[in-house]
Amino acid sequence: MIDEIGHFALILALCVAALQAVVPLVGAARNDAALTAWAQPAALTQFLFVGTAFFALMHAYAVSDFSLANVAANSNSVKPMLYKLAGVWSNHEGSMLLWVFILALFGALVAAFGRNLPPALRARVLAVQAMIGVGFLLFILLTSNPFLRLSPVPVDGAGLNPLLQDRGLAFHPPMLYLGYVGFSISFCFAIAALIEGRVDPAWARWVRPWTLAAWCALTTGIAMGSWWSYYTLGWGGWWYWDPVENASFMPWLVGTALLHSAIVVEKREALKTWTVLLAIITFSLSLLGTFLVRSGLLTSVHAFASDPRRGVFILLMLGAYTGGALALFAWRAPQLQGGGLFAPISREGGLLLNNLLLTTAAATVLLGTLYPLFLDVVSHRRVSVGPPFYAKTFVPIMVPLLIAMAVGPMLPWKRGDLAAALIRLKWAFAATAAAALVTLAATGTRSLGAACGLALAAWLLAATVSELAERVHLFADPLPVVLRRALRQPRAAWGMTLAHAGMAVVIAGITGSTAWSTQKIVDARPGQSVELAGYQIAFDRVSEVRGADYTENRADMRLLRDGSEIAALHPYKRVYPAEDGGSTGVAIHTNLLSDVYVVIGDPDGHGGYALRLYYNPLVPWIWLGAAAMAFGGLVSLTDRRHRVGAPARRGRKVAAARVQAAE
Amino acid sequence: MRRRGWIYLLPVGVFAAMLVAFYVGLGLDTMALPSPLINKPAPHFTLPPLAQGYQGFSTADLHGHVSLVNAFASWCAPCREEHPALNALARTGRVAIYGIDYKDKPQAALAWIGALGDPYTRIGADDGRVGIDWGVYGVPETFIVDRTGRIRYKHVGPLTTADIENTILPLVARLDK
Repeated sequence: MIDEIGHFALILALCVAALQAVVPLVGAARNDAALTAWAQPAALTQFLFVGTAFFALMHAYAVSDFSLANVAANSNSVKPMLYKLAGVWSNHEGSMLLWVFILALFGALVAAFGRNLPPALRARVLAVQAMIGVGFLLFILLTSNPFLRLSPVPVDGAGLNPLLQDRGLAFHPPMLYLGYVGFSISFCFAIAALIEGRVDPAWARWVRPWTLAAWCALTTGIAMGSWWSYYTLGWGGWWYWDPVENASFMPWLVGTALLHSAIVVEKREALKTWTVLLAIITFSLSLLGTFLVRSGLLTSVHAFASDPRRGVFILLMLGAYTGGALALFAWRAPQLQGGGLFAPISREGGLLLNNLLLTTAAATVLLGTLYPLFLDVVSHRRVSVGPPFYAKTFVPIMVPLLIAMAVGPMLPWKRGDLAAALIRLKWAFAATAAAALVTLAATGTRSLGAACGLALAAWLLAATVSELAERVHLFADPLPVVLRRALRQPRAAWGMTLAHAGMAVVIAGITGSTAWSTQKIVDARPGQSVELAGYQIAFDRVSEVRGADYTENRADMRLLRDGSEIAALHPYKRVYPAEDGGSTGVAIHTNLLSDVYVVIGDPDGHGGYALRLYYNPLVPWIWLGAAAMAFGGLVSLTDRRHRVGAPARRGRKVAAARVQAAE
Repeated sequence: MRRRGWIYLLPVGVFAAMLVAFYVGLGLDTMALPSPLINKPAPHFTLPPLAQGYQGFSTADLHGHVSLVNAFASWCAPCREEHPALNALARTGRVAIYGIDYKDKPQAALAWIGALGDPYTRIGADDGRVGIDWGVYGVPETFIVDRTGRIRYKHVGPLTTADIENTILPLVARLDK
């Protein structure tokens, strides 16, 4: 019964979305307030219906209703509740429903909190969003319906891929989709602006928080995915340049560019058409990612079981949305009013360089991802593009970006003085040289690349800290004054500092893990002890443990340094009979500077086990840095001028009161 | 302004070209790829082992029984996808599976089979030259070689359980007679 309600709600949502896509647009074009006002209630109603459908499916998973083909194929009755619920988005149909759910959620948020938007702009944004909703709802109902019944009803389900039964992974897809789909709002704002033929600072101020929110979610989602592959795949690696990883990384790169170019529109009214184009491309890359993953065009570990009808349908949607948007851009963008002029050496110039480098980087990744496909189409030859391609193309683009990233915030708007900015960065130069020399002294000239990487990280971190120190007049004024000034800094400025510093930490982590990770493969029997990078690992015993739906071989190991125990390690190997699959449990001990990473393999038949041991220096910094970046984004999101829905005047009054109280 | 109007058409033009490629790509049967080597003797080669204590293999090893030759690499994501299917095939014992570890670091390949299981009778480390002789365009690729050492079938892309049941096993059964 609940399943039928869910199915029916989905059809109703489609009808509402169809109306929402047309009526407010007509209203805005005819200046008819009654029709324009349709947009908000329609967006909220659409969200209500999609939400009903989503929770109906969740309910079916929670109670293990195997009369639904989707539940029977992707769950079973003995799973822990968390994985039953995560099962909803572990498969194609359910994850599409999650996609639409988040789309409708964003639409409802714009409707609920966008009260300060001009009614016509709001109506157009919501109408464009509903157009996207119509396409995806049709896609679900016609090709990927999760509410299809099964007869006869099976006794138990086929289960969830053991690799996917993981707490981190349960939240990875929702985070990623919040990012992907969140960029749809920037896209809708761009289309609405093209229809209206007007892009101004107010527009940028409305677009930026949505872009920022999506960016934070995507940053978190990508970091979680990479962390997951680090601790579950049992490889010691954290990024594989897999097509699906690339599919999430490309919108991130262009979204980051968008985040920065929107600042230029907001502060200086320049780069308008470029910003609109970036908003279109960011969401288009999210759509492209969806297409690549679900069409079976590219093979990958993440690929969903594919069906050619779905591929054609998503291709049609991609053509309609991206093609339509770019055609509209070609027609309307030349009529957008140009804005402020600026010298090449200026804050705007720095942000433009950031944009060019980020989009070039994204283009490189796109080329690497699609090249095998294009070559196949043109010449029927098949190739695989692996990590060496990205090491040769992507990394050289990132280096100037990171160098410039340190200088950019030091430059004033309109026209800057590069020499003066560089002199103000003297401490950063010193830190860079120190990092390079210390690295070389400690590890020898073999780690030249690592020295460069760490120097780059030190450069960025020191420059970011210098910029903050300069802003709060550190050392120039007594400490209480400095602290008060620091607290009064706009949250957006704090956000930038945190995010840039986080990036520096990520670079250090990537450098450390690429240059100094050591690996050891040994065949050891219980009772033996293994040396690894100054640690001893005592392999005590292996015991068999039975879980809810699996049996596991669990090893007891002790991590020792100079004979004293630091931690207990329990790597394991699981077999899931219901799914006819297994999973490897990696034991990781981290001290936040480096990881000891142990994987147990199959028994060798003579009482021994193949053990793989890794020592990964600085790897934890990759995720610490990513967390700092996402947190920086969140802090920036709480900036007074972005606080969604807060009327500007009241905000100013409160802030003024706060400043008085502080003084 | 007017004269530079074409530049605004650039994004939509590039995108249209991409769409065409995607459409053609969807129509391609990604797994069917004729090989000029079908029904020819397997190329002459000798592959060294991944590490000391392991065994490589050469043309002579493929004589006398039906064998499956699988070109893979630890850096290849689709290989990871097909690996469970190969493990399952190995458990049936119906056919000897030889691995060509294509343009890979031997350490990484050892780690790979350590983590995912080892379906291979023997694995040879290939720096790319033997792969070229076999006509390997990209990994994974799989060949069936008959008792006389002739290549009888080539599969491009990851093997699925369905491929093994519907194509590989019937072919192996026929060649084994």
